[in-house]
Amino acid sequence: MMQKITCECGHSNPYGTSLCQACGKPLKQDVEVLSSMRYEGSARRSQTYKQTFVDKTWNFFSSVKVGVWLIVIILVAAAIGTIFPQETFIPPNVDPATHYESEYGTFGLIYYLLGFHNLYGSWWFILLLGMLGLSIIIASLDRGIPLYKALKTQRVTRHDQFMKNQRLFSKSNDVELDEIKYTLESLRYKVREENGNLFAEKGRFSRWGAYVNHVGLIIFLTGAMLRFFPGMYVDDILWVREGEKASIPGTSTEDGQYYLENNDFILEMYDKEEKKFNSALSSVDGEVAKNYQSNVTLYKTKENHTIGAEPELVKVKNGEIRVNEPFKFDSFALYQTDFKLNEFYKMSFELEEKATGNKFGKLTVDLHDPKKEYDLGDGYKVKIEEYFPNFVLNDQNQPSTVNNLPDNPAFVFSMYSPKTPDGEKAFVGIQKNIDSGENQFKMSFAGIETKDLTALTVRKDHTLWIIALGGIIFMIGVTQGLYWNYRRIWIKQNAGEVWAAAHTNKNWYGLKKDVEFLSDKTNLTPLEEKETASK
Amino acid sequence: MAEISSTLLYSAFIIYLFSTLFFAMSISDKKGKDAVHTKKWGKIGFISSCVGFAAQLGYFITRWMASGHAPVSNLFEFTTFFGMMMVLAFIILYTIYRTNGLGVFAMPIAVLVIAYASMFPRDISPLIPALQSDWLKIHVTTAALGEGILAISFVSGLIYLIRTVDQTVSSKKTLWLEIILYSLIAVVGFIFVSIGFKGVGYESTFEMMDDNNQAVKVVYDMPAISGPSNGEQLDGSFGPLFSTPSWMNGVDASIKLNTFIWSLVAGAVLYGLLRLILRKRIAAALQTKVKMNPDLLDEISYRAVAIGFPIFTLGALIFAMIWAQQAWSRFWGWDPKEVWALITFLFYAAFLHLRLSRGWHGEKSAWLCVLGFWIITFNLIAVNLVLVGLHSYA
Repeated sequence: MMQKITCECGHSNPYGTSLCQACGKPLKQDVEVLSSMRYEGSARRSQTYKQTFVDKTWNFFSSVKVGVWLIVIILVAAAIGTIFPQETFIPPNVDPATHYESEYGTFGLIYYLLGFHNLYGSWWFILLLGMLGLSIIIASLDRGIPLYKALKTQRVTRHDQFMKNQRLFSKSNDVELDEIKYTLESLRYKVREENGNLFAEKGRFSRWGAYVNHVGLIIFLTGAMLRFFPGMYVDDILWVREGEKASIPGTSTEDGQYYLENNDFILEMYDKEEKKFNSALSSVDGEVAKNYQSNVTLYKTKENHTIGAEPELVKVKNGEIRVNEPFKFDSFALYQTDFKLNEFYKMSFELEEKATGNKFGKLTVDLHDPKKEYDLGDGYKVKIEEYFPNFVLNDQNQPSTVNNLPDNPAFVFSMYSPKTPDGEKAFVGIQKNIDSGENQFKMSFAGIETKDLTALTVRKDHTLWIIALGGIIFMIGVTQGLYWNYRRIWIKQNAGEVWAAAHTNKNWYGLKKDVEFLSDKTNLTPLEEKETASK
Repeated sequence: MAEISSTLLYSAFIIYLFSTLFFAMSISDKKGKDAVHTKKWGKIGFISSCVGFAAQLGYFITRWMASGHAPVSNLFEFTTFFGMMMVLAFIILYTIYRTNGLGVFAMPIAVLVIAYASMFPRDISPLIPALQSDWLKIHVTTAALGEGILAISFVSGLIYLIRTVDQTVSSKKTLWLEIILYSLIAVVGFIFVSIGFKGVGYESTFEMMDDNNQAVKVVYDMPAISGPSNGEQLDGSFGPLFSTPSWMNGVDASIKLNTFIWSLVAGAVLYGLLRLILRKRIAAALQTKVKMNPDLLDEISYRAVAIGFPIFTLGALIFAMIWAQQAWSRFWGWDPKEVWALITFLFYAAFLHLRLSRGWHGEKSAWLCVLGFWIITFNLIAVNLVLVGLHSYA
C-alpha cells in the first residue's frame, strides 16, 4: 500500500488524493480545484495506478471516454440493423442467402455477407454489450467509492485555496452569521457550524443517482443474460384445433403435464356500417380485425402419470385468451399469437363404379391420422397406399409433400371390389383424379370438413422480476440524479473578512438564485462568477 | 363530438400562431422597447400559449369521447399529441426560466409539427386487437411527453447556435445551421404542396406489380417526379422523371419518395425566396433579432434533457417493454421502432456523460441537442413510413 498523504489540517488522505477530503486543500502543485470538484479530488484508482496490465485494463474500462465510445458504437450498430429487416422478420420459408440479394440488390447481399441480417444476436454485438456492462461496473466503482468517502469526510472549514477557486465566490465584511444560517435553513439547506464557519448543503443524495442507475442497468443486463440458462425461460408455440386437446410444450413437471383444449376460436371484424369508424373503414380494402380470441380449458395429468400411457386429465380451469390478455397458470402464460381458419380436417370419398355411377360406400379420412385401410363391406374396401398432406411435385417430378399440414392433401388409393380383387390404383387430390384409364372404379369426392386453429405462444420467464427490478432501480437512480442536484455553500471567517463560496454539480441557475436570495436577505456581498469557469 | 374536436384543434393551431407573434413582439427591438414592453408581451404570449394548450387539450378529450379510445392510435393523432406535449414542455420550462425568446422558436415549431400531422388521414379509426390495451395511452403519452421535452432542448440548442455561430465568415457551422433551418422550411414546403395539390384535386394513376406480382393501381395526388418501379402511367398527366429504385419496399414507396422530393423542392423554393429577401443567411438574419444570454440557453437545453430523459426512458422503453410483454409475449424483439427508441436513449445517455464527465457545454452540447431531435423525428417519421415493422402505421 502506498503511503497516505497527511494534509496540514491533520486529515490523512489515501494515496492519490488531489484535494484533501476534509478541508479541500490542493495536495499537489498543479491541481485545478474546480475541475477536480467533479469527483471531489478523490483518489480514484484509475488516476493513481497506471503500471500493470490490470491497472491498464481497469483504467480503460473506467474511462468515460471509452464508455461513450462504446455507447456510440452500439448505437450505430443498432441503427445499421434497422436498414433491412432482420432475419427473424423475413418470411419463414425463404433462404436468407438469396432473399437479401433478390430483395435489396448488391447492398442487400453485402448486408447479408457481413452478418447484419442477424446483428442483434451476433457475437460481436453481445460482446459490445458485455464491454459496456463492464465499463459501467468499473467506472462506477472507480468513482463512486472514493466520492462517497470524500463527501462523508468533508469538513465545515475549508482551505483558503479551495474557497477562492470556486466558481461562485465573494468576500464581505460585517456579516451576521446567524442571519446567514437562518436564511440558508429557510432555503432548506442543512447547515453545520464549526468555529464560526458555516457549511450548508442540500440534496447530497442526488450525487448517488448515477451509481444507483448504473446498479439498475447491471441488474437489468444480468437478468437479460440469465435467459440463456436452461430452466429460466420457455418460449414455444402451440397450435390447437378447435375441439382438440394438446399437451402444452415446456410445462412438464414432476407433478404432471398440462394440456389445453381449444373450445372455440373467435375472429371478429369491425362492422363497416358502424357510424363512428365509418370513414376510416370505408377507406381500407378488406376488413379490420376487432378481436382474436381462443376459449380454452386447461387440464393437467394426474400425478402418477407415466409417459406414453393415455393421459388421465383433470380439468384445472377455463379461460379466454385475447391479444393483450394472456392466460396465466403457475409461472406460465399463453398468448394469442396466430390462427388459421378452415384448415382441412376430414375428407370424404365414395367408391363409384365409373360405368354405372353406382356407389358402394363412403369413407371419411382424418387428414391428420388416416387409416391404412377402409373396409366398406360386401367385399368392397379402399387402401391408402400413399398420402401427401401438402402435395407438391418435387425436383425430380415425383409427388411429395412440403410438410405435415394438410393444406393440399393428395392420396394414392387402391380400390378393391368383388369385380376387381387385385385392386385398382388411382391418384386423387384436390381437382385431380388420375388413373391408368382402364379402371372400373373411381373415388369420387364427397365433402370436406374444416376446423379453425389457434396458435398460442407458451411463455415462462423467470428472469422478468430481475429485469423489472433493474428497471425500477434505474428509474429511481436516474430521477434522483437528474431531478435533484447537490448544492453546497461555504462561509468562512478569514482575518476579519467573511468568505463565501458555492458549488453545485449541476443546475447552476438554481444555485445562483439561492445565493442571490442569500445576499439579498443578508449583508453578504453577492457571489461573483468566475468568467473562465463556465467554459 | 368529432366536429367540436376538430374545431378545438383548429383553434389551438391559430392561438399558437398568435402566441408566436406575441413572443416575437416581446423581443422585438422597436422603439420604446423596455422591460415593461418585454414583460407585457411575454405575459400575453405565455397566456395565449396556455389558452392554446387548453384548446388542444379540449380537442384531445373530445376526440377521446368520440372514438372511445385515447386519440394516440395513428400517425395523425400521435404527431398532434407530440406537438401538444412540446407546448406543454415549453410551458413547464417557461415557468422556470421566463425566457420569451424560447417561445418565439418553440411555438412555431410546435405549430409546424401539428400542421405536419394534419396532412395524414384524420379519420377516427378503430383499434386493431394489438392496440386494445390501457398501455396504449400510458406508453404513448409518456413517450410523447418525454420527446416533447427533449424537443425543447433542440429549440434551445438551435437558438444557442443562431446566437453564437460566427456569421461574418462562411464555415461548416454556418452551412449546417442553414441545413437545419432549411429542413424546418421543407416541412412548411410539404404542407404547402400537400394543401396546394389537394386544393386543385390533382390525381394521376399508375399500374404496377406488387410484391405478389398482382397488378395494382397506384394513385398519386402530386405530379409524379419519381414513378413506381415497373409502373405504367394510365393517364396523360405529368410523367415521372425517373423510377423509384425497386429496393424501396411496398406499393406506396414511390408515392412517399415523390412527396419527399416535392417537399424538398418546395422547401428549396421557399428558402431561396427568403434568402433573396433577406440578402444574407437566414441564421445571420435571425442572429440580429436574438439577444438571449447563451449561458441561459445552454442551461435550458441541458435542463430539458435532464427532465425529458427519465420521462422518455419510462415511456418509450419501460412502459413499452411492459406492454410488449403483454401483447407480444416478449418485452423486447428488436423491432425497428424499439431499436430507434433504444438509439434515442443511448444518444441522450452519451450526451449526459459527455456533459457531466467531459465538460461538453455550450456549442458542442447545442449541436448534440440538434442531432438528438433529428433522431427523434427520424423515429417518428421514417421508422413509421419507411422502415417496416410492428409499429408501421402506413
